[in-house]
Amino acid sequence: MARVDETIAIESVEPPVLRIARTIAWGVARVFSIVAVLVAWEMLARSGTFTHFQLPALSAVLEHIWSDAWSGDLAINTALTLYRALVSFAICSVGGVAIGMAMSRNALAHWFFDPIVSVGFPMPKIAFLPVVILWLGVYDVSKITIIVIDAIFPVIAATVIAIQGVERELIWSARNMGANNRELLTQIVLPAALPQIMTGLQVALPLTLIVAVVAEMLMGGYGLGGAMMTASRFANSTGVFAGIVEIAVIGYCLVKAMAMTRRRLLIWHQETSEPTTA
Amino acid sequence: MKQRFIRFSPLLLLALAWELTARFELVSNTALPPLSEVIAAWVDMIKSGELITNGAASLYRAGAGLTLSILIGATLGIFMAWWKPVNVLLAPLVEVFYPLPKSALIPVTVIWLGFGDGSKILLIFLGCMLPVTIGAFNGARSSEQVLVWSARSMGANKLRMLWDVVVPSAMPELLNGIRTALALSFILLVSSELIVAQQGLGYLIGYLGANGNYDAMYAVVLTVAFLGFAADRIYLLISNWTLAWRE
Repeated sequence: MARVDETIAIESVEPPVLRIARTIAWGVARVFSIVAVLVAWEMLARSGTFTHFQLPALSAVLEHIWSDAWSGDLAINTALTLYRALVSFAICSVGGVAIGMAMSRNALAHWFFDPIVSVGFPMPKIAFLPVVILWLGVYDVSKITIIVIDAIFPVIAATVIAIQGVERELIWSARNMGANNRELLTQIVLPAALPQIMTGLQVALPLTLIVAVVAEMLMGGYGLGGAMMTASRFANSTGVFAGIVEIAVIGYCLVKAMAMTRRRLLIWHQETSEPTTA
Repeated sequence: MKQRFIRFSPLLLLALAWELTARFELVSNTALPPLSEVIAAWVDMIKSGELITNGAASLYRAGAGLTLSILIGATLGIFMAWWKPVNVLLAPLVEVFYPLPKSALIPVTVIWLGFGDGSKILLIFLGCMLPVTIGAFNGARSSEQVLVWSARSMGANKLRMLWDVVVPSAMPELLNGIRTALALSFILLVSSELIVAQQGLGYLIGYLGANGNYDAMYAVVLTVAFLGFAADRIYLLISNWTLAWRE
């Protein structure tokens, strides 16, 4: 805390010109290392230290993405991967919160799901991928199923912990003022539990993308993972690197969008006014 | 004992339901072989040594990748919190690469290091490093100013302060980050072995599945799941023991 106070004090006395210079300097510093890495990539690839197969030049990779974008492949692959990841994410959010709520309100549900969650959460559930293929084939249903199996556990666990952590005083006061069970749930328990549930969702979202890419790589077909695998089979390393860049951009956008949603949904919560860490 | 039994009885019920569904052929036996036959296949594979050699190969890859990622990730994270210029240089890179779905790196590590151990170790190292770095960074950054000040006033030099104040206070968050990395390492290990490998548990699953040897495939799948679970539990024990000095 002491450090924060210090910077505020400094900023309030320095002239505006300096402040603008400082903002610009920070902006430059923020993109400097990223630009440096990209330039180093291009120069290393051109210097001939590595073969074109090991490290295609950044410009070649960007060209590849550009031609993919014009042929429409990029749009189809991105749309399919996003569709699989986001549908699974929606199922995980709704299902995970529902199971978590049931577990914290109903003894029978708790009895049944508690051991399954505590054993299933730390398991590498991706190992069940061949079993899912065996049961459901290689199309969207099986891809979405394996993603849900992998990503739902953090949501359930976060919901259970969040609801346990809701302050007793809040519930007592609401009850005292005559709230019934449903009002208690929708107006007190869920909002109070929301920060931690959001944290669980923020863990689940990157997982859906990781598993979506693996599932596509293994089952083939369209999608960014499938396209990367095809490129790698034909020893087309430019295509592989293009896939990484595309997936990286999508991952970055999704995670940022999630953080923004969090700030928006929790605008009433004190964490929103605190300086952000990420 | 009895309480434990009641607590885990749903798992036994599921196992029983599995056995009965398969025995009465409610679903085809290729899709779901009976649990008893899966266990028999598991015992066979232990006897033939198939499971042990492949398991050892997998654990070696996961262990090596994870160790590298912990050593380098924790060092980076602590230095990012300790020294501002490192933070300015590295924070944007961490921010950009952290959301990258790590499984996308599987084909690239194969291009660089081939089909063997090296590519898996590199993949696990790259995939698991950032959660450790972020854990170490958040932990070290939140070390209490009062502790830092008192250490300084008692004449501790920079290196001593780093080792005696910053590192211990980074420990809880660092250990949390390592737990995330541990779970990730298994995911990456199994997926990379499923996709490209000539050895390892993931490879064994794919190989047995392709040959229609489903009871053995189920046995390996359950083994991998159990290994991941056991690793997490052992890790929890170790980290609780490490943090025993906290209240």
